[in-house]
Amino acid sequence: MTKPRNDAAWLLVLPVVLVVAFSAIVPLMTVVNYSVQDTFGNNEFFWNGVEWFRELLDPSTELGRRFFDSLWRTLLFSAICLAIQIPLGIAVALSMPRRGFGVALCLVVMALPLLIPWNVVGTIWQVFARGDIGLLGSAVNRLGVPYNYAQDPLAAWVTVVAMDVWHWTSLVALLCYAGLRAIPDAYYQAARVDGASRWAVFRAIQLPKMQRVLTIAVLLRFMDSFMIYTEPFVVTGGGPGNATTFLSIDLVKIALGQFDLGKAAAFSIVYNLIILVLCWVFFATTTRGQSDAVQEGAR
Amino acid sequence: MARIAFERLAHAYAPGQPHALTTMDMVWEDAGAYALLGPSGCGKTTLLNIVSGLIRPSEGAVLFDGQDVTALPTERRNVAQVFQFPVVYDTMTVRENLAFPLRNRGLSAKEAAPRVERVAALLGLSAQLGRRARNLGADEKQKISLGRGLVRGDVAAILFDEPLTVIDPHLKWELRSRLKELHRQVPVTMIYVTHDQTEALTFADRVVVMAEGEVVQVGTPEELFERPAHTFVGHFIGSPGMNLLPCRVEGAEAVLPGDHRIPLGRPYPPVAGRTELGFRPEWVELTRGEGVPVVVRRIEDLGRRRIARVELGGVKLAATLPEGKPVPAEPRLALDPRRLHLYADGRLVAAEGAR
Repeated sequence: MTKPRNDAAWLLVLPVVLVVAFSAIVPLMTVVNYSVQDTFGNNEFFWNGVEWFRELLDPSTELGRRFFDSLWRTLLFSAICLAIQIPLGIAVALSMPRRGFGVALCLVVMALPLLIPWNVVGTIWQVFARGDIGLLGSAVNRLGVPYNYAQDPLAAWVTVVAMDVWHWTSLVALLCYAGLRAIPDAYYQAARVDGASRWAVFRAIQLPKMQRVLTIAVLLRFMDSFMIYTEPFVVTGGGPGNATTFLSIDLVKIALGQFDLGKAAAFSIVYNLIILVLCWVFFATTTRGQSDAVQEGAR
Repeated sequence: MARIAFERLAHAYAPGQPHALTTMDMVWEDAGAYALLGPSGCGKTTLLNIVSGLIRPSEGAVLFDGQDVTALPTERRNVAQVFQFPVVYDTMTVRENLAFPLRNRGLSAKEAAPRVERVAALLGLSAQLGRRARNLGADEKQKISLGRGLVRGDVAAILFDEPLTVIDPHLKWELRSRLKELHRQVPVTMIYVTHDQTEALTFADRVVVMAEGEVVQVGTPEELFERPAHTFVGHFIGSPGMNLLPCRVEGAEAVLPGDHRIPLGRPYPPVAGRTELGFRPEWVELTRGEGVPVVVRRIEDLGRRRIARVELGGVKLAATLPEGKPVPAEPRLALDPRRLHLYADGRLVAAEGAR
């Protein structure tokens, strides 16, 4: 049977092309356009070549130092978030009930932080952690531990990390829970017959079966934490000093605070590329050797 | 190795729900090869899981060598169990999978090695020992599951829950004979759950036939064939199953549909309930001489033998057509009075003076 050839199909793709063009391609190209120009306002632009990129990637310049400082800060933040949220999420998922009334209750409670708008999360923590009136902040201070996230960089970091853990660990837990629920009972029964300890069950059954959801969880959590903006902006505003100025906060300062559109555009493009490359590397390494398993699952 | 006994055992999955197993008393002798045979949902897997301790029975007790193990969890019962669908530990190699039950019980890799090698050789897995279990086919995965059941030397019993369902037919036959062979070498109690009569009858010394949560008969394959205690057994075992002919009993005679009277060979006590005569197709021949006249519907040639599908007073029956003979012009069913069983409400009725 020959396939009918019909060029009308192109028309059907048109709406998607239009949407993608206006939502992604046009804004992206605008940024690329800015990144190679300089402006002094009045909508006057001057060709600047790759100078912004050169300055940005050279740590000896002011812009470059600023960029790399923020970059290490953001990487450290992502690393801490992953190091806490992934194990904690797995632990929570393992201790959630498997059947009964508790399941629904757990799921609802766990989903609550995920449903709160990000700036509201920031506001909640800004108040919650305040040393004078905040429930957490004043309690810690009363215990004799000096704690003020507006002045002490360490306290600011602890607050921002704690907030992110509170906000996003449920996502990891829910993903892991879904992975755990997909394990047939026979595996647990076989493990009992084989005399496996709790730890052996985790190592031999639960962790391997969660591998795919964990890949997704790590990817999501890495991207989100690496791009974090709203919550720390509301709580610390990037301070004290530049202690919690992450890439996104710095970017906004350059773009909207200083109105350096060219620098900001070059900054965003490099920022974007870093995320893309890291995600690709991560995805490629964790899914290597899984291709046969995927095929088997499709059978 | 153990003798397994059930005392007034019954199980309901939740209070108030109908029983999945009705009350039973039974003993499985040490080193016996037993098969639990019955259709899907008859409770055979439930019974197996009660033996292994994965399910705690709601009533009664399970005894291993006279010791009550009802409250003991699976880990402490020292049984091995193979499940219907292959369970392998994905990230481990075949060798590690087979050694897993031994390693969990404190054996070193070195101590486990000879047993692992032996079981792998028995199941034909020796070549794959170094491979990761994840990438193997269903056949091989199930062999690993079987291997993990067989690798332990000290078990009270090995339980098989329809282990060959996912295995290719030609391999099925081979694995079953391997299991049988193993049972001859190492006398350990083996319990084999299946809904396939061929599997049950070839594997087991004694077959436990179950229907709707009830054990309807325990016996050797011959007993089940020759003297089914229940019409269910007669029907379930044998291909085609036993013929059941509604009748009325008057002393030593049975009155068949169409008012044909046939001798029963021995007198029966008065029977109440639904009365049926049971006889296997193998025991009746289609002849031209003596017997009850029947209508032949069709002839099935099974190669080894021919089966005549006939009707008597609206009841469909199967009979053997003697080899090399054509279908008689006025076919009659020759019933041998010595090979007729009488059933009342499904259960075998003993003749007067018998046993």
